[in-house]
Amino acid sequence: MFSNRIVNILIPIISVLLGLLFGAIIMLIFGYNPVTGFAALWNGAFGDSYFIGETVRQVTPYILSGLAVAFALRSGLLNIGVEGQVFMGWLASVWIGISLDLPMVLHLPLAILAAAVAGAFWGFIPGILKAKLGVHEVIVTIMMNYIALYLSNSIVRNLLTDGADRTENVAATASLQSSWLSEMTFYSRIHYGFIIALFMAFIMWFIINRTTTGFELRAVGFNQNASKYAGMNVSKNIILAMVISGSFAGLAGAMEGLGTFGFMSIKSGFTNIGFDGIAVALLGANTAVGVILAAFLFGVLKIGALNMPTEAGVPTELVEIIIALIIFFVASSYMIRWIILRFKKEGK
Amino acid sequence: MEIVELISRILGASVVFATPLIFTALGGVFSERSGVINIGLEGLMIMGAFVAIVSNLAFHHVFGAATPVMSLIIAMVVSALFALFHAVASITFRADQVVSGVAINFLALGIGLFLTKQWYDKGQTDFIESPIYSSHVPLLNKIPIIGDLFFSGWYWTSYLAVVAAFIVWFVIYKTPFGLRLRSVGEHPMAADTNGINVYKMRYIGVMLSGALGGLGGAVYALTVTHNFSHGTIVGQGFISLAAVIFGKWHPLGALGAAIFFGFAQSLSIVSSDIVLLKNVPSVFMLIAPYVLTILALAGFIGKAEAPKSLGEAYVKGNR
Repeated sequence: MFSNRIVNILIPIISVLLGLLFGAIIMLIFGYNPVTGFAALWNGAFGDSYFIGETVRQVTPYILSGLAVAFALRSGLLNIGVEGQVFMGWLASVWIGISLDLPMVLHLPLAILAAAVAGAFWGFIPGILKAKLGVHEVIVTIMMNYIALYLSNSIVRNLLTDGADRTENVAATASLQSSWLSEMTFYSRIHYGFIIALFMAFIMWFIINRTTTGFELRAVGFNQNASKYAGMNVSKNIILAMVISGSFAGLAGAMEGLGTFGFMSIKSGFTNIGFDGIAVALLGANTAVGVILAAFLFGVLKIGALNMPTEAGVPTELVEIIIALIIFFVASSYMIRWIILRFKKEGK
Repeated sequence: MEIVELISRILGASVVFATPLIFTALGGVFSERSGVINIGLEGLMIMGAFVAIVSNLAFHHVFGAATPVMSLIIAMVVSALFALFHAVASITFRADQVVSGVAINFLALGIGLFLTKQWYDKGQTDFIESPIYSSHVPLLNKIPIIGDLFFSGWYWTSYLAVVAAFIVWFVIYKTPFGLRLRSVGEHPMAADTNGINVYKMRYIGVMLSGALGGLGGAVYALTVTHNFSHGTIVGQGFISLAAVIFGKWHPLGALGAAIFFGFAQSLSIVSSDIVLLKNVPSVFMLIAPYVLTILALAGFIGKAEAPKSLGEAYVKGNR
């Protein structure tokens, strides 16, 4: 009755339910009513079309950053540098968006492409260092995050503007914003980016499951020595995985640069799109469909949480705790698997 | 005389930034030597900073002059217990250690900010009234030059950090406990066969990393920020992790790497005083520590040998 496949699907669902349950317990401990709390969260995400628009807006970069982390993980690489790659993509898309004067059919694709290339480049560096010199990708990507943060701040301040804190808005020909989508949702910041995000999820599924390249990438993720013995070029695949992962992340940056904000500003810290992408990928079991569902869940939680202080008095940060617990439970799937199998035995 | 003053300024600033990194990196050494990857150092520092600030604010009437020391101890204990999350998930439940560490980071920030909102009703805590003050070491600061460089205006925690590094070195390399700790990180099955309790050693390693990571965060909060907010610990834990690897999983190596990172970070702050560096755009100073780390990893120690079974859950009876 419990096949392996069903167990694999059950684990994330049980983890999410446990996470929400613990969230409710925390609310009870601190004297809040969990029902009002979760109702506020639900209303904050779906209450009216403005909130729905904002939720979709938040889900869009999460899908892409989740895909970035998931793609690298399928090849056995942990890309903690998605955050920095998002920065580079954001910067590149805005740079093209404000400095060129082209018709939309050229300008928008070029700006999006620039973001992908910038992100890919930022992923290429840790990729080649890992492949050629065996340097641990986790450390290099962490360092690359900080370099991206300071570098993009400096470029915004000194190259794109004259000492200002933010760039001008991108040209209308490079913008993903849509007045009719926005009007339909009471002027939320929803934009066309979600179409790109869904399309890229399809691309990821296609590369991983339907191409030789994807097969090799997965093989390297499972066992580098066996892949090498089978005649695959391991270091080429490591670099390729990081480059593709980086380009997904760069696109997530373009969503913010061309869609949500329409400009780049000086940042005092990270956007967390990349770090949240790790959570998205883990909950989504590193598959394209899983990433979309997980991005949706986290988008709902994050946007819904903004409504919790006003409607239920619960601090927004509760959602961070819930997300952390969900990751814990997904990670500890051994425990959940064990409990499910226990039930299975007793059911017989 | 001017050059001495300049060096003492750079040294002073470096040490302030390096001290929390040293403690946290030493914690990382304990955990990783036992075979458990600890990406959660950042979260452990956040927890330490939060607990230190809260206990400082809450108890400074009770403890009086001992408040800073007491808040450091409370922060260490709470963070060690908090590290149990990571230990239970990654040792007992065989969770992916990196994932569990990432969760620790999310969880610590979530708990810290949630409770801050809950208890102080705003985004950051109040400023503490009993921080750790810098001081002069009596007598030793009278020594010419050396006194100015090493014994004037430092925090006592900085000396403690250096001493701690040597103690950790002694514990890991010169005691039976250290030998056992290293053996479960290298070859847990062989260790198990010799009657060493692998799970127990790994739990101890992770909890020690919690205590030391918490101490690092607490020291940063009590010497530099004096309050707790979402911006208190931003990346110091990750830098400490880099110091562990940069230092080749050796306590004294980690000490050196942490001091180097502290020095690199201080450069961007004091560079305006140095004639040679005055005209270098500040961005180069800001990214220098990170670029140098990457270059160093690629160049000198590209093939740093991690503990053999780092990252692998030990399953008893598995071959």
